Amino acid sequence: MCSRFRNSLAAALACALAVLPACERERREYTGAPTSKAPPPRESTLQPGAPIASPADPVGAHYEDIAFHINEGGRLFRAFNCSGCHANGGGGIGPALMDADWRYGGRIEDIHATILEGRPNGMPSFRGKLTDAQAWQLAAYVRALSGNVRNDAEPSRREGMAATPPLDRLPKQPPRDGDPSAGTVPAQ
Amino acid sequence: MSETIDSIEAGQAQARRDALERTWADRPGFIGWLTTVDHKRVAHRYIATALVFFALAGALALLMRIQLSRPENHFMGPDRYNQLFSMHGSAMMFLFAVPIMEAVAVYVVPLMVGARNIAFPRLNAFSYWVYLFGGVMIFVAFFLNIGPEAGWTAYVPLSSSDFSPGKRTDFWAQMITFTEVAALCVAVEIVATVMAMRAPGMTLSRIPLYAWSMFVTSLMVIFAMPAVMLGSTFLITDRLVGTQFYNAAEGGDALLWQHLFWFFGHPEVYIIFIPALGMISEIVQTFSRRPVYGYTAMVLALMATGFLAFGLWVHHMFATGLPPLGNSFYTAASMMIAIPSGAQIYCWIATLWSGRKALVAGRIATPLLFVLGFFALFVLGGLTGVMLASVPLDQQVHDSYFVVAHFHYVLIGGAVFPLMGALYYWFPKMSGRMLSERLGRWQFWLFFIGFNVTFFPMHILGLMGMPRRVYTYPAGLGWDLPNLIASIGSFVIALSVLLFAINVLRTLRSGKPAGDNPWGAPTLEWATTSPPPPYNFEEAPAVRSRDPLWPLDTDLEVMTGLSKTKREALLTSSTDALPATRWAMPDPGIWPFLSAIAITVMFVWSIFSPWGVVWGSIPIAITLTVWFWPKRSQPSMGGGE
Amino acid sequence: MRFTARQLLPGAAALACTACNRVQSTLSWSGDQAAASGSIWNLMLWICVPVYVAVLVALALAMRRRESAADVDERAVGRGFTAWLALIVTLLSVLVVASFAVDRRLNRPAVAPLHVRITARQWWWDIQYLDPDVSKRFSTANELHLPVDRDTRIELASADVIHSFWVPSLSGKLDLIPGRTNALTLTPRKVGWYRGQCAEFCGLQHAHMALDVRVDDAAGFAAWRAHQLEAANPPATASATAGKRLFESGACAMCHAVAGTDAGGHNGPDLTHLASRRTIAAGTYPMDRDHLDRWIADPQRPKPGALMPAVPLDPRDRGAIDDYLMGLR
Repeated sequence: MCSRFRNSLAAALACALAVLPACERERREYTGAPTSKAPPPRESTLQPGAPIASPADPVGAHYEDIAFHINEGGRLFRAFNCSGCHANGGGGIGPALMDADWRYGGRIEDIHATILEGRPNGMPSFRGKLTDAQAWQLAAYVRALSGNVRNDAEPSRREGMAATPPLDRLPKQPPRDGDPSAGTVPAQ
Repeated sequence: MSETIDSIEAGQAQARRDALERTWADRPGFIGWLTTVDHKRVAHRYIATALVFFALAGALALLMRIQLSRPENHFMGPDRYNQLFSMHGSAMMFLFAVPIMEAVAVYVVPLMVGARNIAFPRLNAFSYWVYLFGGVMIFVAFFLNIGPEAGWTAYVPLSSSDFSPGKRTDFWAQMITFTEVAALCVAVEIVATVMAMRAPGMTLSRIPLYAWSMFVTSLMVIFAMPAVMLGSTFLITDRLVGTQFYNAAEGGDALLWQHLFWFFGHPEVYIIFIPALGMISEIVQTFSRRPVYGYTAMVLALMATGFLAFGLWVHHMFATGLPPLGNSFYTAASMMIAIPSGAQIYCWIATLWSGRKALVAGRIATPLLFVLGFFALFVLGGLTGVMLASVPLDQQVHDSYFVVAHFHYVLIGGAVFPLMGALYYWFPKMSGRMLSERLGRWQFWLFFIGFNVTFFPMHILGLMGMPRRVYTYPAGLGWDLPNLIASIGSFVIALSVLLFAINVLRTLRSGKPAGDNPWGAPTLEWATTSPPPPYNFEEAPAVRSRDPLWPLDTDLEVMTGLSKTKREALLTSSTDALPATRWAMPDPGIWPFLSAIAITVMFVWSIFSPWGVVWGSIPIAITLTVWFWPKRSQPSMGGGE
Repeated sequence: MRFTARQLLPGAAALACTACNRVQSTLSWSGDQAAASGSIWNLMLWICVPVYVAVLVALALAMRRRESAADVDERAVGRGFTAWLALIVTLLSVLVVASFAVDRRLNRPAVAPLHVRITARQWWWDIQYLDPDVSKRFSTANELHLPVDRDTRIELASADVIHSFWVPSLSGKLDLIPGRTNALTLTPRKVGWYRGQCAEFCGLQHAHMALDVRVDDAAGFAAWRAHQLEAANPPATASATAGKRLFESGACAMCHAVAGTDAGGHNGPDLTHLASRRTIAAGTYPMDRDHLDRWIADPQRPKPGALMPAVPLDPRDRGAIDDYLMGLR
């Protein structure tokens, strides 16, 4: 019957699609995730609100695109008590992570550096306590809190009490450098 | 107006056939293929597509068995394995088992009840496209690493956003929507066909047992599918827009998913199994040269099985910690459903015992061989099912390989073996050619032996404590040898499936021509040519008994009067099948196909954004409106030819 | 509770395998609960096997009759039908009543039980021994010790997805479902080591979520329990001291706790008496220095997807941590 051969055409088409690169968003990289090669800054003139010079790192974009990494970042956010200072993104002792205002820069490389280096005014340094991949995962999740990752990789509602609306329904808030609440530094 | 065919002149007969051909023919070429509403052509593609999915899902199983052939094997990692077994289960259950049972019914039931076409022919065409697009969608997703990863049962919270990130589970849940829409459409058509389009004189007690089984199955589909559509819709909305149906912390319940899923899931396996019961009755009857013993008991058994199947679902949840008294109720119900099955087995064996065996070239014909295989395998599976019905025993072997063995025995032994028999039985009618009996015997024995080698050791593995859905296992627990044996057996099964494919392809190319009734069977589908013309029967057959074609070579009475220049079908009353109306049947058209495309666009879009539901509804509204736009009606009553 | 050979025979007959294990088998019946399920298994075999054989024999006889249909007594067939239905109904009723009776026995209240709370996580078992005196509570992971001939009531909870607690040699399984607490009573009767495994698909490493169970006599259990209540052993060598410092100041303490030290993380298993256990990583590796080192170097090799990362460590530093952990008996 002709229909059988037409169905084998459909099957062949499906197989042909198999040679397309597997959907990047769906990768589960529990091992072998890329880590950053840029060396950490040894000293800096870091001040809140000043423009940041974190070296751009293409590794960051990789983590922002993969739903698994963003989700793992959420798991680590809760496991390592980031909410102790940042609540569930709304801030408290620490600044809010869900808005558009970033004291030390809102790109993923900036957030990654913030986590590993620590910052003035109370953000501890986690270098040596988190692996580099874990820091990237956390940074990707923090980016997701403000809607700055691709929408189909955003996590949705959490299991557990709903502290925020589901993240994939929140509007995207592109980072604005310079948090007005951080105060200004007198000119030297 | 009753006349016998013999008295009509051959020339007039040919003119009549030509007129009917012109009225009922499809348009030529590819456009004819896209627009057909002929139930036989739609059924052909349904069966072929389902068999392709069967082969794909079987290939996935072979890969799984390779991984499990040795302890701590590194053939594949856990992520790939999880996707494989989830796809294997989902494809087998949603894309093969239910669709193929419905597809065989779409082909056979209208012929068996003497109708010109199935009820709602455009809906039939539409349902195939929806099924095809849903199946292609999930397999494309699988090849792109977006395959489901939480099992075919997708328990929450494992399948919710926190533990199943990305879109994998969303594609799976939407595939369910596709296949359930298609299944519901076919179910409605079959109920309408059996209730309203039977041959004059085919009272309720003259309906063939296969038609009864499909009638019961279709009613079950109508009641069961909404539960899983609801449950999977809740899962989609939980994952897409943040509803809390399955979130205990916000007032939902993880067990809600299990209840909704299994309220569908248990009837689902009977939806797969009951058509097989009908197929067995037809095959046993034909090859015993006598009607099935105990017709009334058989019909009541089908109804009882269908009804009881809705009261068993909690036996899938005995380990979840529900109250023990409630569990015991479901133990009793689950054991009770063995009674109608036991009754049917007695009746079949009594039929075989008291009938004259019809042999083909001195041997048992392949359809009957597969039915004998059914007895050996299904009864064993049914008995392990009785074991699993007992709460204390189930709490030991639930979610172990014992359950895997059980359900493969009942699904393959109880449904796939009869299906193979039915395909051999009805293939001559569908194609006009006889499948090779020699290859059929080889296929049967390879399948039977391979199946037992694969799945019998799994009973032992389960009793020895091996859980299911594990991508590997440690050495030293005594699991190594049974797993290796099972893996070897799976390749024997693959070989038998390959033989089937070879048999079908060779026969289509150059098989022995079959006559109208090569098996000497009693039911109406054998009263027309092989393959039947697009209009099925020249005149509406009328029946006076359960076995209208027995004794063979007696003339069949017909009722004349249906138009030969307009598409018409005869509707009869539901209980006594007295002729009631001449009903206009639709012409071929493209709108079912276009509606299916519009629905596919909406379903796939809504995986990524809830706005897909809103904007995607617009094309659907357009295509459905054009489809249903009333045509200038031609009179369907009176008027004559 | 002793089992006669006649009771064991049908169960043993089902074991057509070459090497039957006793540590993780539904047929080894080392506890009251497993024996209860086992009695149903025996009853099922005695009923189901003859029924199956009878059906096959009837089918074979039916296929051999080749004469015409004329010499069949329809009334006899009808009487046979009624008799067959009556037989099925009777046998099924026996099975229903027996199941119900055994189920009641399994759900009897526990008598003066030991209380344990198990919280399942992806992919390990968080075990907490409860006591009315809060200072006598302690946590351990992946290895459950039970006293013989005494009820233990295990509360079952989950921190993430649905898991299932299953030690087949001792009892049937019960799920751990987030949002509910289930409870199971175990009454082991034979001293020894057993193995359990998670029995509800729970994600990437469902296959490597095993549980070691040790059933001890009363004295042995009391000694084990007293030891578990103690704080961790102080490091005995210089290398172990260096390892302890690395443990507390590095990534380890972010997730793991060692009682009596500064390490108090609760994301991963409690390691206070790690070296006293038989296996690590929920049964994935045996507990010895070589496997411990391999696990810490890259947990993703034996258990890809495990939530413990591969922390980049200098091999000397890792060796020091190994020395420290091997001392945590």
